[in-house]
Amino acid sequence: KQEVSYTAPEGEGARAVPLAGHVGFDSMPDQLVNKSVNHGFCFNILCVGETGLGKSTLMDTLFNTKFEGEPTQHNQPGVTLKSNTYELQESNVRLKLTVVNTVGFGDQINKEDSYKSIVEFIDAQFEAYLQEELKIKRTLHSYHDTRIHACLYFIAPTGHSLKSLDLVTMKKLDSKVNIIPIIAKSDAISKSELAKFKIKITSELVSNGVQIYQFPTDDESVAEINSTMNSHLPFAVVGSTEEVKIGNKMVKARQYPWGTVQVENENHCDFVKLREMLIRVNMEDLREQTHTRHYELYRRCKLEEMGFKDTDPDSKPFSLQETYEAKRNEFMGELQKKEEEMRQMFVQRVKEKEAELKEAEKELHEKFDRLKKLHQDEKKKLEEKKKSLDDELNTFKQKKTAAELLQNQAQQAGGSTTLKRDKERKK
Amino acid sequence: MIGHTSVAVGGLYGEKASGPTVDFSYVGIDAILEQMRRKAMKQGFELNIMVVGQSGLGKSTLMNTLFKSKVSRKSVLATSQEKIPKTIEIKSISHDIEEKGVRMKLTVIDTPGFGDQINNENCWQPIMKFINDQYEAYLQEEININRKKRIPDSRVHCCIYFIPPTGHCLRPLDVEFMRRLSKVVNIVPVIAKADTLTLEERDFFKKKIREELRANGIDVYPQKEFDEDAEDRMINEKIREMIPFAVVGSDQEYQVNGRRLLGRKTKWGTIEVENIAHCEFAYLRDLLIRTHMQNIKDITSSIHYEMYRVRRLNENNTVVAHANGIPEHHLAAHEM
Repeated sequence: KQEVSYTAPEGEGARAVPLAGHVGFDSMPDQLVNKSVNHGFCFNILCVGETGLGKSTLMDTLFNTKFEGEPTQHNQPGVTLKSNTYELQESNVRLKLTVVNTVGFGDQINKEDSYKSIVEFIDAQFEAYLQEELKIKRTLHSYHDTRIHACLYFIAPTGHSLKSLDLVTMKKLDSKVNIIPIIAKSDAISKSELAKFKIKITSELVSNGVQIYQFPTDDESVAEINSTMNSHLPFAVVGSTEEVKIGNKMVKARQYPWGTVQVENENHCDFVKLREMLIRVNMEDLREQTHTRHYELYRRCKLEEMGFKDTDPDSKPFSLQETYEAKRNEFMGELQKKEEEMRQMFVQRVKEKEAELKEAEKELHEKFDRLKKLHQDEKKKLEEKKKSLDDELNTFKQKKTAAELLQNQAQQAGGSTTLKRDKERKK
Repeated sequence: MIGHTSVAVGGLYGEKASGPTVDFSYVGIDAILEQMRRKAMKQGFELNIMVVGQSGLGKSTLMNTLFKSKVSRKSVLATSQEKIPKTIEIKSISHDIEEKGVRMKLTVIDTPGFGDQINNENCWQPIMKFINDQYEAYLQEEININRKKRIPDSRVHCCIYFIPPTGHCLRPLDVEFMRRLSKVVNIVPVIAKADTLTLEERDFFKKKIREELRANGIDVYPQKEFDEDAEDRMINEKIREMIPFAVVGSDQEYQVNGRRLLGRKTKWGTIEVENIAHCEFAYLRDLLIRTHMQNIKDITSSIHYEMYRVRRLNENNTVVAHANGIPEHHLAAHEM
């Protein structure tokens, strides 16, 4: 047999070597990007917020398209999630955008379970991906990823503080999805109130331990802008798809008698900041965080829940076969134990039933015996009565015969006189 | 970014021209390309190349020529006399190289002893085992519950097979090796030391080799069945008509026509390695590095590795899809 010797890479990790000329692997990022372009991208946004906060309008404004549907009614019995997928294209980039809306959020009288359907939805997307990943024959590279990459949480522009529903919901979601809180319809708040509102919201989030998404600051090219934007959270946005003429340009705006709120004017609202952060700077990071942090956490919890564990580093590396055998035996053992238990229970029940039936049988026998005896007694009585009647009859017969005899004798003796008397009577 | 201008914040991207006009239809979705590029630059790339062939065919030199630096094992280990080992050994050595900000971890896997014995039966086995071991290592990490953020990729992306320049046809060893290994790894066959063949001899040899590969059902890279679309097929057909590339390697520079070029100097002339009139090194380099490197890695991970995974997971003779064993009744849903 051939012997094989492996030599690990020399030294600690790899050596750094200088290149004597142009090799050409600097084209690798281009090769990677081209492959992604051919494949297309997907991005999934979840909008959580009460009905009427302008979620659909904001999506329309962000992506410059009229997406769908009519505004929802306020009388939904529970919170449902409605998702729609759109194909957008810009220059050579094709994006499969999925927008998920929470329908009926905040409309119920009892809102205790509002967050549940949202959590279930997010988990369901993770579960679908996990199922695909665990398949034997899988097609991960062509799988349509439905996991939520960003959750825009719409805060009502009360100007005071977060509602308890908001805090509870965000707390439940912060370990499952990247949360970006935004103040909706912020043209309802004045500038000074807005500053106070933002501070209040941020401090409430911190004091309640809610982890919102932080724009990443580890890459120098975007560290500065991201850290500036982090300090502007939550973004105060205004959405509008209507255009108004300002000066000699048409701009997206909302027109009031007292003035016009321009959506893309940074003095008026933070819409441009949101678009910049969400789409133009951090879309890829949002996707990556979803995959490497939130999904991994879900996967870990789910697998541990199902009872699996990795071997500890001291034991020798396990083989699939061994671990499977072990687990299988354990399972079979449990199965057998359960089977035995069931069988025991069954036997027990049968015994009990048998005893019951025997008891019943005994009773019936006794009843039968009693009846029989009764019957016999009756019969005896009747026979006795019959006998006595018979006796009486006999006695009577005897008496009758004796009487007839006497009568006959008497007749013979005074028979003629009786005849004469009869004849005389007849005359 | 071509064409569209945008309302950029604070001059974020130097390359973007921000003019006076505002384009409403611009959302900025295509900025994701730039984001991906940034992420790739930050993470760096990994590439694992295996070289297989008898000793003396210029494997180390070719590696050094491809990457323009001393990346081969021989250059690193300063042993004066390389003895041909009695058995096949598998030796890998890694380097960190960087070009224009793009960092790459290159691992060159050498197989000294291949084809050098008198009896070369089963000499592909240790190599096959090594390749499968790398797939296994990756699989083990992938099925861990607590797994690394980026699974270290030691899988062999590409195996360069060196054919000696006999000029006639493939030897049984070549056929046997390529037949078996082409099923688990991307094989790129090259005619080594091609400066001993004239152009006619080279063309004849190549045609013969292609015929033999076809006759034996050997699918070398780029494999026909993995062409994604018509455009892919067109590009790859052109490559398939040229393989195997006839290469010459050199890490010596000579002065030719006033320029310093990589080449081999002989009494009858200097062979310029990067001159496509002389040899096909440039085509090999372009294929492996400049155009198809990502594709080679993709085929390894989404086809060869997946095939290994399917085989491995089915080995347990049940419908188990997870290493730690999921009870059958639960897993019925997982089976394809």
